[in-house]
Amino acid sequence: MAIQVRIPTILRTYTDGEKTVEGSGATIEELFADLETRHGGIRERLVDGGSLRRFVNVYLNDEDVRFLDGISTKLSDGDTVTILPAVAGGSAAAARPAHRASGTRGTHGMSSTRRTR
Amino acid sequence: MRYDNPLAAVGHTPLVLLPRLSPSADVRVWAKLEDRNPTGSIKDRPALHMIEQAEKDGVLTPGRTILEPTSGNTGISLAMAARLKGYRIVCVMPENTSEERRQLLAMWGAEIISSPAAGGSNTAVRVAKEIAAENPDWVMLYQYGNAANTGAHYATTGPEIYEDLPSVTHFVAGLGTTGTLMGAGRYLRERSPGVKIVAAEPRYDDLVYGLRNLDEGFVPELYDASVLTTRYSVGSEDAVVRTRELLSEEGIFAGISSGAALHAALGVGRRAVREGESADIVFVVADGGWKYLSTGIYTAATTEEAVAALQGQLWA
Repeated sequence: MAIQVRIPTILRTYTDGEKTVEGSGATIEELFADLETRHGGIRERLVDGGSLRRFVNVYLNDEDVRFLDGISTKLSDGDTVTILPAVAGGSAAAARPAHRASGTRGTHGMSSTRRTR
Repeated sequence: MRYDNPLAAVGHTPLVLLPRLSPSADVRVWAKLEDRNPTGSIKDRPALHMIEQAEKDGVLTPGRTILEPTSGNTGISLAMAARLKGYRIVCVMPENTSEERRQLLAMWGAEIISSPAAGGSNTAVRVAKEIAAENPDWVMLYQYGNAANTGAHYATTGPEIYEDLPSVTHFVAGLGTTGTLMGAGRYLRERSPGVKIVAAEPRYDDLVYGLRNLDEGFVPELYDASVLTTRYSVGSEDAVVRTRELLSEEGIFAGISSGAALHAALGVGRRAVREGESADIVFVVADGGWKYLSTGIYTAATTEEAVAALQGQLWA
């Protein structure tokens, strides 16, 4: 089962600079475990204690997996998974994010808020 | 319509059906034309609301200086209101935003402090917070965390949509400060519990994201994921294609973030068609295309050229 995974610049140190890598797995969690076997260290940057890290956004075919089933979201052959850093509002740009010490904490953080509909 | 002064003319924007872009007769797509606000963007709503709330609270008094981190539209709206109300205004804006935005801010008398391109709006927020700490008498309205931002959409955008289209099934808007989605979304859900609230989040190219650190980041304080039904990431290419379609198919000259919202709206529309449901999908045209003319995306011969023209630029 081939899944295309788009890797953000900051994580390409784990993929030899590759922008897109292939992986497999029936869920996001399995996909990350599969990536870990070839790109050691990458999983820890994405997942913390069984859920996505707070400022990591993962999209399945452009839909945020936090609104699907999080890391348990099921995957199908031919899916595209995109990993991106969380950004400020609609207009974020390169390199350094806001310094959290200056108070840009998101009290309603995405990773801490799971959809409970 | 007649108003007593220019600020009173904020809101009450048209909601128009897009007959050519709607997927079917039963799945209709409607555009809420927020470019018809006094300074040409949806941000007139939260800007005016935040200023008037701060005045009511006694935080903003004559002679004070307003400070705000902005990528453009909010600053432009605040600057216009500040001029009419007699406040000085200082905007902190990433240096990689379009020249049009700078001229518009300057035109209404705003002073601009440029923040480094690296870090984009995240850095503008940080710099503004540092400046605020050095100038305790300045008033930072702080659109990312100010409840009056969400309140503006709860009090105006949401009710206007519901009044014009009580059968609304989906509300789609760009995800920036999150104010539009949180405010209008909460209102619509109260009125129509089954309504789906859909976020269209801009996804830039690598040039823009660069080496953003995954361990730190920024989530606006206003964001409450429970309001959203789902959230789509829309790449520059899809946003550009839809912005051009909006122009060629329906004659609507919109900003690029509106193309991103339309892309998400058409995505949920296709799903409704597939599932045999009828739908009234409202998406927000946050601003017109004027401020993005210099990108060349409207006149580029091909989509590829238009997308290339946008490389490394902020478009939402």
